[in-house]
Amino acid sequence: MPDLPLPDARFADIPLGLALLVLALWLIATRRDRSAVIGFTAYGLLVAVVWVRLGAIDVALTEAALGGGLMGLLLLTAAARLGEPRGQPAPPMFMRLLVGLLCVGVTGVLAVVVLSLPTPAPNLVAAVAEHQHTTELGNPVAAVLVAFRAVDTLLESVVLALAVIVLWSFAPDAAWGERPRTLELGTPGPALVLLARLLPPLGLVVGVHLFWAGADDPGGPFQAGAVLAAMATLMWLARLGAPPPVQSRLTRVGLVVGPLVFLLIGLAGVVAADAFLGYPEGLTKPLILIIEAVKTLSVAVALALLVAGPPALPGNHLPSRAAS
Amino acid sequence: MDWRDVLTLTLVSLGALFFVAGYVGLARFPNALSRMHALSEVDTVGLGLVILGLLPQASWPFGMLKLIALWLVVLLAGGTTGQMLAGAIHAGIGDNDDAASAGSKPGNSRRSAG
Amino acid sequence: MTLSVTEAQLYGLCGAGLIGIGLYGAILGPSALRRLLAFNLISSGVFIVFGAIARRGGLAGGAASDPVPQALVITGLVVAFAATALAVALLIRLAALQPKTARSSPLAELAKRRYDAFDPWGGGKA
Repeated sequence: MPDLPLPDARFADIPLGLALLVLALWLIATRRDRSAVIGFTAYGLLVAVVWVRLGAIDVALTEAALGGGLMGLLLLTAAARLGEPRGQPAPPMFMRLLVGLLCVGVTGVLAVVVLSLPTPAPNLVAAVAEHQHTTELGNPVAAVLVAFRAVDTLLESVVLALAVIVLWSFAPDAAWGERPRTLELGTPGPALVLLARLLPPLGLVVGVHLFWAGADDPGGPFQAGAVLAAMATLMWLARLGAPPPVQSRLTRVGLVVGPLVFLLIGLAGVVAADAFLGYPEGLTKPLILIIEAVKTLSVAVALALLVAGPPALPGNHLPSRAAS
Repeated sequence: MDWRDVLTLTLVSLGALFFVAGYVGLARFPNALSRMHALSEVDTVGLGLVILGLLPQASWPFGMLKLIALWLVVLLAGGTTGQMLAGAIHAGIGDNDDAASAGSKPGNSRRSAG
Repeated sequence: MTLSVTEAQLYGLCGAGLIGIGLYGAILGPSALRRLLAFNLISSGVFIVFGAIARRGGLAGGAASDPVPQALVITGLVVAFAATALAVALLIRLAALQPKTARSSPLAELAKRRYDAFDPWGGGKA
């Protein structure tokens, strides 16, 4: 059988990019907050496809789990709690024109920059490939995250833990010690409860698989943590469990164990490998495994707590504004 | 190009046709419930055909099993969201009312989806 | 048929467009939640431009995408999510703190109307 002439795959990129831009315009222009939030979830999934087309499968997985999943839940809850805003007067025409011109200008400058990037493109592919064997990891992105740019990753996991602390501090004084109740949005329907019973076991397997596969294939602690956090929030949403109160010691340990172990191993590297965040030879693989395992746990705990919101008193939590 | 590629091309194209039909339905159908019907058809049949078409390209056994599991998970999620959306429409949180504050009344969002 | 642009250029332009659209929404969005959403559009556009550059570098170096920018985008995505979660919590707290008995007294009503119509650009007529 003769080979069919397959069209250039880039012809699929034009509609995808256009869809992204049109959806973004719609998100800005649509009247209701809730519609915009739902559209934004779809947008996150489209962006995940864009990452696949850009050859960054690791990023695509993160974007799908965070941008398409957890972000949607977070913003939808917010939209439900905040209610639709009253009709505000539209900004005056000259303002819209001015801002529009500014934005077109920014886009235009960026477009020129994108089209005039230097050739040959500077890159670190060879540098990573040259040293990748020292980490015994097959996935170059994982090697960058846990070894070559380990400081970034360490700081990033500290930022996650700090974000949860800041979030908790938004609680009114009276609510301190209570559970987060942002996800308590009415009685869950039977379908949601069924899903929350069936999906989490599967999600747990997928999460652990993503973590384990992340050493050699796309995946890793962030993707795995996001999937696990999504499963936890699904169960909380269906009231099959409740987020732990802020004083729960287990939660706090789970939140900080990732950055803490990372930091301790990094400090030990000063003695054992002559560099902060260096790994001694022979112990590299087990140390990386330990770091990634606790990081998966901490990322999952932090993301789930971020979606669950600050602690609140029991009772009616829909703010007064929604009643108007 | 052997028989497997032909099978893949045929089935995936057929699935894509269902997707197009479903999205036309999403855009053209008059009310929320019939639009949902169009979408669940896409989920079930369209994605099913695409997955069936991709099976010959996947590795035995885990690649194929993953694809099938993917389809089952989408079915589960699609069924659940369909049920919940229908419940919400039934409870009056639909998009048919154009009042800006629709759906934000505490009574509405607290009502069960049943 | 061939195209004269690469997919890196295509998505780079797309990212530039997203940044512009997001910027407009972040400045003139009708509600705080929408401005937050637009802010996320900007960050997503920045990441996509970054990803397009990573794609160019990756292809030049013999990989699908440069792993270093990929790793940075992954950490960036997670931090952006954390920032969004904080902003959402602030918004909900702000809504809860708004005067609850706004309609009971003319003075509070006036204060609330001023609050709702707060317009940093001074152009909107409440």
